[in-house]
Amino acid sequence: MKKLIDIAAKRIFTVSGFTTSVVILLIIAFLFTEAVGLFNQPVVEDGYVLALNKQNDVKTLSALQIKDLFDEEITNWEEVGGKDMPVKVFRLEDLDKIYTEEQLGDEYQYAGDKIVEQIQDNPGMIAFVPTTLVEGRTEINMIKDNTIPVKDVLFGTEWFPTATPSPIFGILPLLSGTIWVSFFAILIALPFGLAVSIYLAEVANSKVRKALKPIIELLNGIPSVVYGFFGLAVIVPLLQRTFNLPVGESGLAGSIVLAIMALPTIITVAEDAMRSCPRTMREASLALGATQWQTIYKVVIPFSISGITSGVVLGIGRAIGETMAVLMVTGNAAVIPTSILEPLRTIPATIAAELGEAPAGGAHYQSLFLLGVILFFITLIINSCVEIVSARNKLKR
Amino acid sequence: MDKIEAKNVNFYYGDFHALKGISINIPNNQVVAFIGPSGCGKSTFLRLFNRMNDLIPGSRLTGEILIDGQNIYDKSVDVDKLRKNVGMVFQRPNPFPKSIFENVAYGLRVNGIKDKAFIEERVETALKGAALWVEVKDKLKESAYALSGGQQQRLCIARAMAVEPSVLLMDEPASALDPISTAKIEELICELSSQTTIIIVTHSMQQAARVSNKTAFFYLGEMVEYDDTKKIFTNPSKETTQNYITGRFG
Repeated sequence: MKKLIDIAAKRIFTVSGFTTSVVILLIIAFLFTEAVGLFNQPVVEDGYVLALNKQNDVKTLSALQIKDLFDEEITNWEEVGGKDMPVKVFRLEDLDKIYTEEQLGDEYQYAGDKIVEQIQDNPGMIAFVPTTLVEGRTEINMIKDNTIPVKDVLFGTEWFPTATPSPIFGILPLLSGTIWVSFFAILIALPFGLAVSIYLAEVANSKVRKALKPIIELLNGIPSVVYGFFGLAVIVPLLQRTFNLPVGESGLAGSIVLAIMALPTIITVAEDAMRSCPRTMREASLALGATQWQTIYKVVIPFSISGITSGVVLGIGRAIGETMAVLMVTGNAAVIPTSILEPLRTIPATIAAELGEAPAGGAHYQSLFLLGVILFFITLIINSCVEIVSARNKLKR
Repeated sequence: MDKIEAKNVNFYYGDFHALKGISINIPNNQVVAFIGPSGCGKSTFLRLFNRMNDLIPGSRLTGEILIDGQNIYDKSVDVDKLRKNVGMVFQRPNPFPKSIFENVAYGLRVNGIKDKAFIEERVETALKGAALWVEVKDKLKESAYALSGGQQQRLCIARAMAVEPSVLLMDEPASALDPISTAKIEELICELSSQTTIIIVTHSMQQAARVSNKTAFFYLGEMVEYDDTKKIFTNPSKETTQNYITGRFG
């Protein structure tokens, strides 16, 4: 009987362990396939085409060039490697302004002809029209449509996922926003976190510790939206007044909120690590005439350094992955930040804010998955760094 | 004058009366062994000489302990300076998570010594004094944890000796070691006693008999007998001592 239970337990643990691992791997695989799908998407919105006059010898355009053309920031074809002639932008809506309903036909059956007519009349015209209307026309040139290049995404400095005719998925603004906010959050949280954990582990008497520790751990249980709300109500106006900013929503506000959120993790883990330093080790130091402070920074901290690092990294992990609070206080401007007082936007905040409006399976949707994968890699790298550091520390011991 | 004098020392852990009216005189540059069954207060008493018990909340002391004629529990005494003068070796080897060199140099560094050549010289002397130099001279930069238990304990002795204390307290320094390492430590104690007053707490009566000049027997928080080691082990004046050393209890 005992043996049966033993075997059954073994089986159950094996099966549950196995299924969990498989499910996790499947989730990661799903994430990756969706993310990689972005690079198979055309630059120009699906079902549309960019048409040019026959005289225009421009053959390909990058997403950024297309955007600038349609934003009328590029006004001459010379700028994109063509002949010297002014750019004229044509969208489908323009058809209604030029022609009457009668001329276009009541079912738009002549629209294709009219578009071709317009393009032939204007040598500098670029038209953004549905593929079906101009398919097979040899009187006009079509821009050869590429898939979205990896380089433009990974090193792109602009994020306009909903721009037409071609969305732009440069992730650098979001990546730098994430790193910027997390970096400052850790910069703020580290000294405070270490100070409090040293106080709790080494200085405070047991009564104070027993009272303070649960309170600090309680901070971990507060939902992040509440932190965000607190940041919005208190920190943002405070920053606005102190630094005389046009808007208080900034990277710094995000960093402060994240620092507060990362503190309990850093404090509890670091404090536990320091308390695990054996009493005899402290006594040995004190017995050599070291003061309490010398003992702390020469013996206790070196002894518990791997625990302290993992606390800090867990804190960073929390900061990098945090979504709601950051979304609420950073101002969400997808630009590469040049100062911490500017609004910026992080990767998780982008995913949360945009997933709802991105049509499933589209380029935008897949770009958000790509962001998820990048976030995944960032945490992976950080975690491996910790593993390496703590492994090295263990060897030293 | 005796190196250490304790006068009517009482010590309490909260309500527990751990040491009851102990007076003892310890002569200069001698080895004194404290023996007695577990929980008799000998370790507690030992830790009074470098004020290690200060760290225990709720502990209290009455009476006086004088080292070189100065009451070490006087308010004017600088505890860190006192501990520099009264070294301690613990029951289990407890090297710091640092290199062998840095372990020995630690006491010098925390006492504000910065002269590199001086530190190197002291470390070498201390390691030689602890009979460890030959074994570690080529790997001073390696972690102290790479050493064996016996070597670690000798390293701890070197660490304590590097600041040249005039008193060395040893709390069962060989209890976690094998017989060969124990023999080395005992040899060391005999050598060090030429320039240092050593108090050693031990559970091994053979050890006490081998290394000490004088022996004090503790029982239930009281010092039952204190005399020359030879007399304690051959002709003790109290019956409790007799019973303990012949192994009738303890």
